[in-house]
Amino acid sequence: MKRFTGQSLMGSSLLGLTLLLGTAHAAPQQGGSITVSYKDDVTTLDPAVGYDYQNWPMEKMVFDALLDYTPGGTTLTPRLAAKMPDVSKDGKTYTFTLRKGVKFHNGRVMTADDVKYSLERVLDPKTKSPGQSFYTDIAGAQAFVDGKAKAVSGIAVLAPDRVKITLNAPNAAFLNIMAMNFAFIVPKEAVAKAGEDFGHQPVGTGPFKLKSWVSGQQLQFERNPNYFMAGMPYLDGVTVKVGLDPSVAYLSLQRGEIDLLGDGIPPAQFLQVTRDPKLKANVFSKTSVNTTYLSLNTGVGPLKDVRVRQAINMAIDKTKILRIINGRGVVARGVLPPLMPGYDKAEAGYAYDPAKAKALLAAAGFKNGFETILYTTSTDPNPRIAQSIQQDLAQIGVKVQLKSLAQSSVIDAASTPKTAAMVWSGGLAWTQDYPDPSDFYWPILSCRSAVQGGWNWPFVCDKALDARAGKADRMVAPAQQAARLKEYASIFAALNKQAVWVPVFHEVRYTMKSDRLVGGVDDLLDPTHFINYERLSVKK
Amino acid sequence: MLTFTVSRVLQSLGVLLVASVFTFSLIFLLPADPARLVAGPSASVQTVNSIRRELGLDRPFVAQYALYLTHLLRGDLGRSYKQQTAVRPLIASRVWPTFQLMLGAVALELLLGLPLGIWAALRRGRWPDRLVMGFAFLGASAPQFWLGLSLVYLLAYGLNLFPLGGYGGLSHLFLPALTLGLGGAGWYARVIRSSLLEVLARDYVRTARAKGLSQSRVVVRHALRNAASPIISMIGLDIGVFMGGVVVVESVFGWPGLGRLVWDAIRVVDIPVIVGVVIFSAVVITLANLLADLVQLALDPRIRYS
Repeated sequence: MKRFTGQSLMGSSLLGLTLLLGTAHAAPQQGGSITVSYKDDVTTLDPAVGYDYQNWPMEKMVFDALLDYTPGGTTLTPRLAAKMPDVSKDGKTYTFTLRKGVKFHNGRVMTADDVKYSLERVLDPKTKSPGQSFYTDIAGAQAFVDGKAKAVSGIAVLAPDRVKITLNAPNAAFLNIMAMNFAFIVPKEAVAKAGEDFGHQPVGTGPFKLKSWVSGQQLQFERNPNYFMAGMPYLDGVTVKVGLDPSVAYLSLQRGEIDLLGDGIPPAQFLQVTRDPKLKANVFSKTSVNTTYLSLNTGVGPLKDVRVRQAINMAIDKTKILRIINGRGVVARGVLPPLMPGYDKAEAGYAYDPAKAKALLAAAGFKNGFETILYTTSTDPNPRIAQSIQQDLAQIGVKVQLKSLAQSSVIDAASTPKTAAMVWSGGLAWTQDYPDPSDFYWPILSCRSAVQGGWNWPFVCDKALDARAGKADRMVAPAQQAARLKEYASIFAALNKQAVWVPVFHEVRYTMKSDRLVGGVDDLLDPTHFINYERLSVKK
Repeated sequence: MLTFTVSRVLQSLGVLLVASVFTFSLIFLLPADPARLVAGPSASVQTVNSIRRELGLDRPFVAQYALYLTHLLRGDLGRSYKQQTAVRPLIASRVWPTFQLMLGAVALELLLGLPLGIWAALRRGRWPDRLVMGFAFLGASAPQFWLGLSLVYLLAYGLNLFPLGGYGGLSHLFLPALTLGLGGAGWYARVIRSSLLEVLARDYVRTARAKGLSQSRVVVRHALRNAASPIISMIGLDIGVFMGGVVVVESVFGWPGLGRLVWDAIRVVDIPVIVGVVIFSAVVITLANLLADLVQLALDPRIRYS
């Protein structure tokens, strides 16, 4: 067995650095509570089930995973694990040692059995977990899912504080998967007691406990006094108010009744807020790890020709689209967003050049253009963006008919082979599940995702690229990581040449806080957890 | 009276059955896949299929509806797909806030609509009449989300007279109830005006006046009682109108009622919640109309049902 010292060393040195920086500023004060606003009701806090930007950070308040990231970063650190896991030479076996004496909110000590139970619970079809497929690469998981085995053979409890997980094949992203909310550790007896209502009566090891939940009104979290990380959390309590229209929430923030806008700054107030020097100090922004794109179906009509797809890439004015969204984004030149490991700064993408686009179209035999269809969701601003694309393409002779439909109808059309020629992904942009470039390849651009109901809307299937990505994922040693990321960058460069997408922009998220709330951009707009509640505090 | 009540109750049960079939099939015709929405973004095809099986969505329509109906007859409205909790307590927890809101709206409709309507009728053709009719027109045509946000901005944020939304006591209730009731108040004013004008021209009113009764006595004691008859059936109908209005008003004010519950459910195609709220609303609307008919029967001896 070979130990992954490299990664854990990097993790601890970074942690030390942040601690150092933390003490350089005034240390956060303990105590006080904050109120956060959302429009929609919270659906569930069951970490095996809840999977949206709203309940994701709240689940993180109540639960912990074995691993976590440095705040705002992509470096893995141990959390419920005492240290980074030992990894076998073949990269298939991971042995986790748990932190000693960590207690659930119900007072019981967490053990390796809880780890096994939590992972099997996500895999169990009865749980209806959206994250099930992330864990089916564990040895024996598929048999368990299919009901052919009572337990997952690849998860072995070695001792009360040691658990060994064996994979079918090495996977460099596996530790990222173990840091996802789906891998949060839950106590079996609490799940059994709450039955199907566990999502409303969550019990975990996390820095906060759920104190009360009034459907349609508010959730109250209180500090877990026995939290295993000394000094954490800073706040005594967090109140999440739901049902606040973003405009009303903004007014409430002005009045001091709300400390953080969960849904961000409403579009109508955006310009006023960002231009007002007094308000500006409390406004934070960060580029999210997602890409909004125009999907070009490689199996439909003229789009089968790579020259046509390249011409469309050159014909679309991305800065014009950014103006439609008030500049809340940065121009995308490739598939990967800037904060994703493997992002290639040197990738130039396709520059806006209608003349060259026209020449390419002519070379492909479409001198007089052609007619095609563009699907978009009907929520603002997406139809306006689709119109902008329509105008751009008219310039090079491509006549586009718009189909503005409900989100689910767009997904249906986009994921049916040979149906939707072009799909504008606005409202359905691809966002990272975890910070590893494989998450932008396998679910959306690989052969296995180019199926009915999948997310590979261009229906691109390049077996050579699949083989390269598969090989890259078997590079699990720390020394191989730089080479692995380089390989992924080159895979995405190849996809860019095939022009299966027009990558348009990476969204920039904005949020606003009250004067009294203390927290940096990494805590308020964390790319992975969205909000790091345990690191927030208030001025007294 | 008894046969009338019994036949109306039977009628109501029929209405409920039709409502359940209708909602259920409407949702089936939607091109949305609830399993995919439960699975969320980036779930694989296998996961979506597995969830579809667990939810029983792979079974034929008739089988799904029959199963739902047998549960419904036992008072079980099923479990929410998205919230993963039972629908009945979910609806139960939202009934009281919506009831409060409707009660507040009816009260404001009457408190605003009746005096304004009477005032307009008594000053027919003069400026108060025109003012009231103008108000009725604006109140009935203003979109509720605009009206609600304007009231919040002016009265709650600007003048700081009310909270900015949320659930609580009378101060929290006033603005959403006003938003919901303002359109109805204008409508009531119109109806009471024309109804009163008609009644005031009747012989018995002239007789009352000839007896030397004061103006207020003639209007309140004699004319209004007869003129108010259409208002009672309007309140019954209002409950149905409000069921639509609360969806918007509750969303603007963050009022934790049925309207917001169903709106949230519609966005994620949470079928058990949608069907549950529709069936519950159908029960309430049918009951309200039944009640309005019965009250009218008691108040006006001329009305006979056969």
